[in-house]
Amino acid sequence: MSQAQFEIQLIASIVAVACALLGVFLVLRRMAMMSDAISHTVLLGIVIAFFMTKSITSPLLLIGAALMGVITVSLVELINRTRLVREDAAIGLVFPAIFSIAVIMISRFAGDVHLDTDAVLLGELVFAPFNRLHLFGLEIPEALLTTSSILLINIIFIVLFYKELKLATFDAALAAALGFLPGVIHYALMALVSLTAVGAFDAVGSVLVVAFMIAPPAAAYLLTERLSRMLVYSALIGVISAVSGYWLAHALDASIAGSMATMTGVSFLAAYLFAPARGLLAQARRRRAQRIEFALTMLTMHIAHHTATQEAEQENQVTRLDEHLKWSPQFAMEVVGRAEREGFIRQENGLLTLTENGLKRSQQEFST
Amino acid sequence: MDLSQLLYDLFFDYTLRTVALGAAILGIVSGMLGSFAVLRKQSLLGDAISHAALPGIVLSFLVTRSREPIVLMVGALIAGWVATLFMLSILRTTRIKDDTALGLVLSIFFGLGLMLLTFTQRLPDATQAGLDKFLFGQAATLLQRDVITMAVTGLLALGLLVTFWKEFKLITFDPEYAASLGVPVRVLDVLLTTLLVVAIVIGLQTVGVVLMSAMIVAPAAAARQWTDKLNLMVLLGGLFGALAGVCGTLISSAAERLPTGPVIVLCISVIVLVSMLFATNRGLLWNWLRAQQNRRTLRARAVLADLNTLAMQHPDQAHGHSTAVLRAMSTNPEGVTHALRQLQDRGHAREVSHNVWALTEDGLMQAKENTRQEAG
Repeated sequence: MSQAQFEIQLIASIVAVACALLGVFLVLRRMAMMSDAISHTVLLGIVIAFFMTKSITSPLLLIGAALMGVITVSLVELINRTRLVREDAAIGLVFPAIFSIAVIMISRFAGDVHLDTDAVLLGELVFAPFNRLHLFGLEIPEALLTTSSILLINIIFIVLFYKELKLATFDAALAAALGFLPGVIHYALMALVSLTAVGAFDAVGSVLVVAFMIAPPAAAYLLTERLSRMLVYSALIGVISAVSGYWLAHALDASIAGSMATMTGVSFLAAYLFAPARGLLAQARRRRAQRIEFALTMLTMHIAHHTATQEAEQENQVTRLDEHLKWSPQFAMEVVGRAEREGFIRQENGLLTLTENGLKRSQQEFST
Repeated sequence: MDLSQLLYDLFFDYTLRTVALGAAILGIVSGMLGSFAVLRKQSLLGDAISHAALPGIVLSFLVTRSREPIVLMVGALIAGWVATLFMLSILRTTRIKDDTALGLVLSIFFGLGLMLLTFTQRLPDATQAGLDKFLFGQAATLLQRDVITMAVTGLLALGLLVTFWKEFKLITFDPEYAASLGVPVRVLDVLLTTLLVVAIVIGLQTVGVVLMSAMIVAPAAAARQWTDKLNLMVLLGGLFGALAGVCGTLISSAAERLPTGPVIVLCISVIVLVSMLFATNRGLLWNWLRAQQNRRTLRARAVLADLNTLAMQHPDQAHGHSTAVLRAMSTNPEGVTHALRQLQDRGHAREVSHNVWALTEDGLMQAKENTRQEAG
């Protein structure tokens, strides 16, 4: 692994963690689509700041972008407050309009400078190691400096306001009643999302920003019930996706941003299928276990009901169960086998009788 | 370029006519189908589906090696459809909410498409499939046969919409009731979403992914302001969409370096803004006027009641009372003169001498009527 490769992965991982941490709060606050809107509208902030400073590297670009993100959020809320359209529609109205203005400005006035929309949307991580600067005698890629500063800001914000964020996320009304100013927290969060989006832009493009802000937290959301763990899992999943995405891109000779976004999808899919308690497999297994448990009770009750009656010969015959309990023959065999193993029933010449335990089980349903 | 020249070109210039027609068809189809999406709280579904179409387009190119729009459209349709189903299954089987599910599908599918696209471009015999075109659309490259394809697909979609109108209306406003009537809600749900996917795929070539979501949401949101009736809303949505399409095409053709897609989106945004401000009944201006009107009516009513109180305490009911007294009684002293003039216009009060007022017979009757209403 060359130094450039290592640096690309390092930058991508830093972006992944910065996005994944904020994303947790977006997902929990049901504002995931706001990241999509912001990642588009910051373009206008960049364009305006660019026209004012005439420089593509000015820090004003970051500030302009962050401001535009906050403006986007306020506009959406302003439209919401008129109650003329629903919130999702308000987002869908605001960001295409702002984005259109940005695209028009770029194509009209900035045709010859390096500010093309593709680069913003898709990023060019490959070139990140070439753009270097000197810091404390070290020569590092510029993107490494910007992305790690943003990550640091995000971490400081979350650590300092952890309690406030938690309360404002899960119980905004209580937060307001206790004087925690959930509105301020909300806007601070949105400003950070904008800042992160634009900082990550340069390196990975806006689509990847959205993928990193939503997919790892969504996967983490399926894995845990605790906010602190969700933050850690989300960051880990982000890093795994970033690194594996890089090597996928390497293998296919394809876009790094696209491959990383794909890997966040694969990570989510893995959590969706295999999460211990909430995954699809766990759900299926749980449903099956419940079905068997219920069938065991049914079986013991059926046998108990007919024991020592005239039709016991008929009803408690192992081969007749499918007919009497409306089970498929395989399922009946499975349940009987299970009941025998767990010591609920005995089988003699195909006739089923209850054990002590089985009798208890058949009665326990009625005892409550 | 002056306006008459522009209008002349609209009908006789091949490129402009084709593009304007394409944009109009796109506007009609997305405006009409978007109305349902907006009412069903699926405004952002369009955004997700249009992004999700990318891997479908690339894969269908990889498989068929054809760049025919119709082939790519089928790929986009399938991908959009898979994305929608994936999203619905996430929503049904986990606690993940709709906004997250939308964002997931949008970014992951788009990332996958991007990866496949860059992979394809590096294959030896592949020509540049044109990501730009997909992202921002390239209305100028529309050909007559593209427009015909769009028209036929659009007509098919709208035909289905009309055929199942009653059912769609029912599942939009009251799905539980629809289910209780035995309407196959799930099937119709999927059908309606499929039609939305069709509308989006039609638009991708003209305005591109990023702006297609606006064409779904905006015409419908504008139409919603003017009416409470579904059929009117759907028609208006189509009309606004078409209007924005044609206007956007004309404006972008009038100046250098004005990309068509974004201009169309700005046009529809202006229509939305105008609708929200000036629509009858719901619009902000209308609401403000109504609030003013209500305030004035209430103020006049309060002064009428005050005059009545004074008259009751006086043996001669026609005796005049000074405005100073009325001001002292009112919660809004500045408005009293205004309210008195209003009462005078209605014939409920008259000015006995300068700044001295009394109720007329009509005014007395009205005051009693008001008291009775308030009591009762």
